[in-house]
Amino acid sequence: MAMHNSKDMIKQGGIWVFILAELVFFSIAGHYWSVSNQAFMDPGNMLLLLKQSAPIGIIALGMTIIMINGNIDLSVGAIFALSAVVLLDSLSWPFMVALGDWALPLAWGFALLTGVTLGAINGLIVWKTGIDAFIVTLASMLGFRGLVFMYNGEQPTSNLNWTLVDFAEAQVLGLHTASWFLIGTVVVLWFVTTRTNHGRNAYAIGNNREAAVNAGIRVGPHFMWNFMLIGFLAALSAVVFYSESGSVNPNDGMLYELWAITAVVLGGTKLAGGYGSIIGTLGGVIAIQLLRKGLGHIGADTQTVNLVIGLILIAVLFLDRQLTRKGKEELKI
Amino acid sequence: MNDLQPVLRLEGIVKTFPGVRALDGVSFDLRPGEVHALMGENGAGKSTLMKVLGGVLAPNAGQIYVAEKPVSMTNPQAAKALGVVFIHQELSLAGELSVAENIFLGELPLKSFGRVDWKKLYADTDKILKTLNVSFNARTRVGDLSIANQQMVEIGRALTVDPRAVIFDEPTASLTDAEKVVLFEVIADLQTRGVGIIYISHRMEEIFKITDRISVLRDGQYRGTLNTAETDEDKVTQLMIGRSLDLSRNVSHHEMGDIALEVRGLSCGHLFEDVSFNVRKGEVLGFYGLVGAGRTEIAETIFGLRTPSAGQILLNGQEVQINSPIEAIRLGIALVPEDRKDQGLVLGMNCKDNMTLPQIGRLTKGPFVSDRAELAIFDKYRDKLDIRTPGWRQSVGNLSGGNQQKIVIGKWLSMHPEVLIVDEPTRGIDVGSKSEIHNLIRDLAAQGFAVIVISSEMPEVLHVSDRIVAMFAGRVMREFTSEDVTEDNLIQAISGLTGDKAA
Amino acid sequence: MTVLTRQNLGSFLAKQGILIAFVLFMIGFAMVNQRFIAMDNISGVIRSSAILGVIAIGVTFVVIGGNLDLSVGSMMSFSTIVVLDLHDKIGPGLAIPAMFALTLLLGAFIGFLVGYLKLNSLIVTLGMLSAIHGLTLTWSGGKNMDIADKSGTWFSFFGQDRIMGIPVPILIFALLAAVLAMVLSRTSFGRKVYAVGGNGQAATFSGIPRARIVFMTYLISAFCVAVAGLLQASRSLGSQNTVGQGLELQVLAAVILGGASLLGGSGTVFKTVIGVLILGFIQNGLLLAGLDFYVQYMVTWAIIILAVWLDIAAKRGHLWSPIA
Repeated sequence: MAMHNSKDMIKQGGIWVFILAELVFFSIAGHYWSVSNQAFMDPGNMLLLLKQSAPIGIIALGMTIIMINGNIDLSVGAIFALSAVVLLDSLSWPFMVALGDWALPLAWGFALLTGVTLGAINGLIVWKTGIDAFIVTLASMLGFRGLVFMYNGEQPTSNLNWTLVDFAEAQVLGLHTASWFLIGTVVVLWFVTTRTNHGRNAYAIGNNREAAVNAGIRVGPHFMWNFMLIGFLAALSAVVFYSESGSVNPNDGMLYELWAITAVVLGGTKLAGGYGSIIGTLGGVIAIQLLRKGLGHIGADTQTVNLVIGLILIAVLFLDRQLTRKGKEELKI
Repeated sequence: MNDLQPVLRLEGIVKTFPGVRALDGVSFDLRPGEVHALMGENGAGKSTLMKVLGGVLAPNAGQIYVAEKPVSMTNPQAAKALGVVFIHQELSLAGELSVAENIFLGELPLKSFGRVDWKKLYADTDKILKTLNVSFNARTRVGDLSIANQQMVEIGRALTVDPRAVIFDEPTASLTDAEKVVLFEVIADLQTRGVGIIYISHRMEEIFKITDRISVLRDGQYRGTLNTAETDEDKVTQLMIGRSLDLSRNVSHHEMGDIALEVRGLSCGHLFEDVSFNVRKGEVLGFYGLVGAGRTEIAETIFGLRTPSAGQILLNGQEVQINSPIEAIRLGIALVPEDRKDQGLVLGMNCKDNMTLPQIGRLTKGPFVSDRAELAIFDKYRDKLDIRTPGWRQSVGNLSGGNQQKIVIGKWLSMHPEVLIVDEPTRGIDVGSKSEIHNLIRDLAAQGFAVIVISSEMPEVLHVSDRIVAMFAGRVMREFTSEDVTEDNLIQAISGLTGDKAA
Repeated sequence: MTVLTRQNLGSFLAKQGILIAFVLFMIGFAMVNQRFIAMDNISGVIRSSAILGVIAIGVTFVVIGGNLDLSVGSMMSFSTIVVLDLHDKIGPGLAIPAMFALTLLLGAFIGFLVGYLKLNSLIVTLGMLSAIHGLTLTWSGGKNMDIADKSGTWFSFFGQDRIMGIPVPILIFALLAAVLAMVLSRTSFGRKVYAVGGNGQAATFSGIPRARIVFMTYLISAFCVAVAGLLQASRSLGSQNTVGQGLELQVLAAVILGGASLLGGSGTVFKTVIGVLILGFIQNGLLLAGLDFYVQYMVTWAIIILAVWLDIAAKRGHLWSPIA
């Protein structure tokens, strides 16, 4: 049992050790090869890192609870894009223009509602048809992307609103708006997963769905709530990001699902469900962003980042397998 | 006690599925404080009846009474609210969650905003655990507990309400003797509190040890209730199968050949240690012991699925190294595994494809598989083993357990092995096919195969074996010939009561 | 008895639903626009489906073997870029085998991880999607790759020429489909793929080398990707680094549409080809009907959900899921 616990510690703490190693490595390596004369661990640099982590991070946090359920959501990138289109486009609707700055919270509301609705569609299909979430969201990834193109063809949707930009670029206690949203999401979801009935049921369902059903947990609606949650978070991520940038391309958000899943898996959540944590995912998100920045810092091409992250993901999987092995007595199947 | 009103009473319960009358007018009653055994062959309707009682299935006709009030149980929660709780055979626990969360799964005590009231949760759990007298606490992760302790958590779940009736479904299937004692104490404790207990089990010893009455189902029909004190195993078996099953001792003596397989001092970590035995051509060697005694693991090691940590395997006197099933098969060893559905068959494939699977690479003409060669094999073994299937295209998933098992046996016979290992040959198979499989095993030995039979059923081992190896906790305790074995000394050996290795 | 017949009809409709829907679609489109069933249009659709189709055939092996391959799109970008780059450096005659060797090497690496190390295929191929993308960008330096002398090379043969009036990509697609269909349905290797995907444990217990079979399915998948990369490069004689991006999911959509279960053990090459053609013709039909290209996204969405739903509804005997 002691052995089991130490393995657990490695699993949960691993991502933070990895982040530490990244910090040390890039600080030392940066000393020799840095393309800028700024230190890697510069506070401003680190704060920026948090901000840059936010868009994928917020989605990845939502993906964690989906994956704890034993599901997956491949449509988050498309939800992200459509919510962004709704956000920016709604600001140009005549009645919204007439509202002046009061239109802004309304626009946010429309965008978030879009996300929740799309999530609800996914959740409802998973619940009512019993099709695997992988297939459902794979299909809606295409379908939702179609909706994005329907809106404005292949043209970008733009609407730079300076009030929004000011809001997005504001800093409170040194942290950007986006960072606060990321932190807020972490706190809320940490609370939900560790302290509430819904969160504990999420683990129970992922762990042993049959048992959860027998215990009277309504699995279908539970799934639907979680898909609505990740839809909301994908929209929130879009709101945070596009308030600042003010222009969305119909292809934006592509591959976000893959980045989010990568962060979640790096953070120790099991693909099979029933195991994982919000804090771990935060670690995964930070580790990826640190890697991007660090490789940039030592002058590596951006393309190297893809290569390294891909290989690290596989390495993590390999290590996890080694840790869960029973040793030589294991059945060789 | 008998004049008390029953806690639970069933009257004329009927449940039909398309084409099947699974329950056909079942009635029986459960008195407070009694342990009531429910027995019947697989497919007799026990599990359907329990699902009806547990609120999982709705009956087509009939009435359930709880404390003599008519009730309808629409879902498991309704049943539980009425005080009827079910302890599942397959543990239905969430391993990553704590004991407390599992015990109160689906009904965690809450504060505002859906927050879990941890204080109350742990306090309530501690209260329950105290009555169960267990060594773990409410915060322990369930995945860290032994199977027996996990079962205690399951029982704890039943105690979150004030139960009137508790249903145990094969609770001792994976428990050691010491653990059984604890379980029986808990049951006795429930009894003294006036709870009625329905106890489903195949194990006659247990039934006669702890139950007060025995009700028997056959083919979905209620066949009667016996007072345990006034009956015996024969009568119960008769009720269960409608006739006596021929499980007489094996007395056939035919010529045996040389030693086909010999194992010397074989060990695999802590799974089993220092195991030695041999089996001759024309002989059936029985392996008897409790689940977890290491019997299956020995078979898997001989079949190349596990790496031995010490010892030798000799085939026809030659030492061999077996690193994979492929090598084992090449050497003429075949294994009919314990878990037919997960290890024996590819359920989505048809009968023919399953049967020819191990030698498919050889049944080719040019680059392609030869249908003719495949069908020749299939037809031969379908006739030889009397496999009843509409045709070779039939998916094996649609066959009965007995016919499925014959497909697996046929699969290996068609490879002409020298040593055939059969693990739990009749698990989940109806009585009729059981004796067919037994006869088949005897026939194979008579034809000169060396056969090893692993079984948890004593009558089966006694019936088919020429010699019996008794195992306990990973060690060979004793080897018996069919002359010197008695039920008593066999039970002693597999319970670890005799350390004497010599026969 | 009547109930039974109705049930049979229902399950027949559910099983053949995708084909029936396809035929209805074709008829509908043909009525809206005669051009839809013109020979050159049909040939055009098949030709433009060839790349997706070739990859989908390879992925069919992986999926039947019980695994996923999300790296095929990224891998095709790699093959395309590599063969275009090497074309000018060592000539097409050497560039093609070199590209095949490198792509197969990638496939072997994935096959090793999934087959022999038994790592989860979804995550491994997700990681490889990213890693191979990085490899491609490193190879090309992030720039588009173009053949210098576009008119003076026989390399364009594979993507642009015709033999007896039939476009070469169609011939290659058809040939590959025929050969691999035979491999899957008629050889002992094919049988083993079904066994490993249907029940890996039982396959091992029957003496089938599970790891090697899985490894082989990834090699086949990589080979198909290399063929697709060749077709792509030869057709355009120049390429971006992201030419295959997103293809993996379209491929999966086609395979699922063809009725293969993602759990493994079922599916055929023929059905996958039907899945690919359905996607192709719907896209084409909607365009000819004057609808914008994005409509096909939404139609594909609906079709995948309906196809899979009907399939599992037929298996469980209920339209609605039993999930509470």
